[in-house]
Amino acid sequence: MPNYHLSHLDQLEAEAIFILRETAAQFQNPGLLFSAGKDSIVMAWIARKAFHPARLPFPLVHIDTGHNFPETIEYRDAFAEQIGARLVIGSVQESIDQGRVVEEKGPDASRNRLQTTTLLDTIAAQQFDAVLGGGRRDEEKARAKERFFSHRDDFGQWDPKNQRPELWNLFNGRMHPGEHFRVFPLSNFTEMDIWMYMKREGIVLPSLYYAHERDTLVRNHTILAVSEFVQPREGEEVVRRMIRFRTMGDATITGAVESEADTMDKIIEEVAAARQTERGNRADDKRSETSMEDRKKEGYF
Amino acid sequence: MDLLRFTTAGSVDDGKSTLIGRLLYDSKSIFEDQLEAVEESSRRRGDEHVNLALLTDGLKAEREQGITIDVAYRYFATPKRKFIIADTPGHIQYTRNMVTGASTANLAIILVDARKGVIEQTKRHSFIANLLRIQHVVVAINKMDLVDYSEETYNQIVKEYQEFASRLDNIVDITPIPISALNGDNVVDKSDKMPWFQGPSLLYHLETVYVGGEENHVDARFPVQWVIRPQSDEWHDFRGFAGRVSGGVFKPGDEVVALPSGFKSTIKAIHSAEGNLEEAFAPQSVTITLKDEIDISRGDMIVKANNPPKVEQDLEAMICWFSNKPMGHRAKLLMRHTTREMQAIVTEVKYQVDINTLHKIEGVDGFAMNDIGRISLRTASPVIHDSYRRNRHTGSFILVDPGTNETVAAGMIV
Repeated sequence: MPNYHLSHLDQLEAEAIFILRETAAQFQNPGLLFSAGKDSIVMAWIARKAFHPARLPFPLVHIDTGHNFPETIEYRDAFAEQIGARLVIGSVQESIDQGRVVEEKGPDASRNRLQTTTLLDTIAAQQFDAVLGGGRRDEEKARAKERFFSHRDDFGQWDPKNQRPELWNLFNGRMHPGEHFRVFPLSNFTEMDIWMYMKREGIVLPSLYYAHERDTLVRNHTILAVSEFVQPREGEEVVRRMIRFRTMGDATITGAVESEADTMDKIIEEVAAARQTERGNRADDKRSETSMEDRKKEGYF
Repeated sequence: MDLLRFTTAGSVDDGKSTLIGRLLYDSKSIFEDQLEAVEESSRRRGDEHVNLALLTDGLKAEREQGITIDVAYRYFATPKRKFIIADTPGHIQYTRNMVTGASTANLAIILVDARKGVIEQTKRHSFIANLLRIQHVVVAINKMDLVDYSEETYNQIVKEYQEFASRLDNIVDITPIPISALNGDNVVDKSDKMPWFQGPSLLYHLETVYVGGEENHVDARFPVQWVIRPQSDEWHDFRGFAGRVSGGVFKPGDEVVALPSGFKSTIKAIHSAEGNLEEAFAPQSVTITLKDEIDISRGDMIVKANNPPKVEQDLEAMICWFSNKPMGHRAKLLMRHTTREMQAIVTEVKYQVDINTLHKIEGVDGFAMNDIGRISLRTASPVIHDSYRRNRHTGSFILVDPGTNETVAAGMIV
């Protein structure tokens, strides 16, 4: 009897392809959230495989805070072109200009929370009934209970106590008008799986992920890159450091780690030895112990 | 690397969260910042030592009440395997969560408190593992530290469990292991406090148990999810049927039938983004092209001509009712099975199972939340299926309330 056996990465990929195809089949108008972060790159990469040799049957959607690193935007545009996908951009700056949201004030102001409004507005404007996200259950404890097909009410809110049970390969995407779903094809990937998968597939990431020299400062125990959006305040010292980023968020909140890892192999070694979770240096999660759960209830990614 | 999915079931206070915390902690899957957060919470709650259970209690409401209220998924890996844990609460009112967690698991860990032995909840958890056709069960006899690591107590519990489990016909192997999750005895490393125990530690067993037998590699089944038509010059005539193999093995040249139409054709090629494949088997996601142009769409199933599934509108099934709204007489529901959805009516409730005694209760005409029992169903269009016992993918379904869109039941075709 031959050995019909799939490695864990093959199993995770097959599962993600299944979820992506279910999303295309069960919904009228899905969109795939693409931030040029590694998880959304992997998701879009697998989506390309799921519908090969046809193009993606849905657009890539980027919620642009206006505080992105320029490398992120360049990568986003090149990637969309490479896989021949349509790109939809929701702009937080526009939400601010239109008075939909008010920019946070104070020294630690961030546009992170404002993205939720822009995201929900984009969903409404584009009439998306399903939004694919690269969220993983190992990222944060509130995400451990997230479903593959996560139901959101009229207000885009997540009700953790009223989620649909998911059994076997059966996903229930039925909904009432005005509601929508968030779909997470990479739910069962861990951070390590993502890196191993990218290595296996030969995926090239935005340059920010690889160690490079940059002017930085330390704020709230986090290393931030000095940029248009992050300028030194009194008492903060600008230091040139060899750093890389483990997640891709706003320039204002995404903390860097000091690192010499300038290739995928070296990064994997570093991740394997890491003693801090990747979100451990995101200021947005540190605001309170349950901050992710609270933001998810409001309709965050 | 290999993948093992397992589920954990236990009663309140039998140390399940502590065990999972211990597995994550000892396999070094806990990061410093997570541990710091837990240490901080433990201090604030006034706990004496770091409460590993807090690592897995995700939602605010749970931490306030000190109980787990929904299925949570945890991940850890050793150099040998990657593990996905479906962590389910054990309260009587959460039978549905256990059923959910068990539906995707290869193995179940059933926790028994060494001081209490085999209790009703142990039987209930075992019954559900058996019903969902989990082939491997670990009976983790926990809190051995509180019974002085007594071999006699352990042997007594194992004997009691085996007597009861002889009635559970789907479970292939039962592995009892005496542990102390709190102290880490026999969890990752063999305990020196129980030299009388000759078996492996829990983690060693999880790393080495054979789990290749879950998928059916005999009956070829391919439910079509989506039809790929590129409409491009390069792929002008391409019409591929995308889906996930649910059983058996498909190869180019195989004679196949599309159901329910019955049209026959031959497999031209099996496509992946990396190129064509020589064969496809469960649970691979692939795209199949056929030599003839026949009409196939989502919900149809491609099978081998010599070994077809059943195509019927009258079914019998075991179901677990999930909704807090009871199932009434002749309930009309939507049934989601493989990639098909159709209307269904419950024509008869055969019996309910008392999951504590495993006795059948006849003469009932509905189900309340967490009830398990056998029903007859009639569907508006044919269901292309195998028995659940033969194939988990083509033998399982969910029922959806057409008014609320909620998933109200899980079913296994008899």
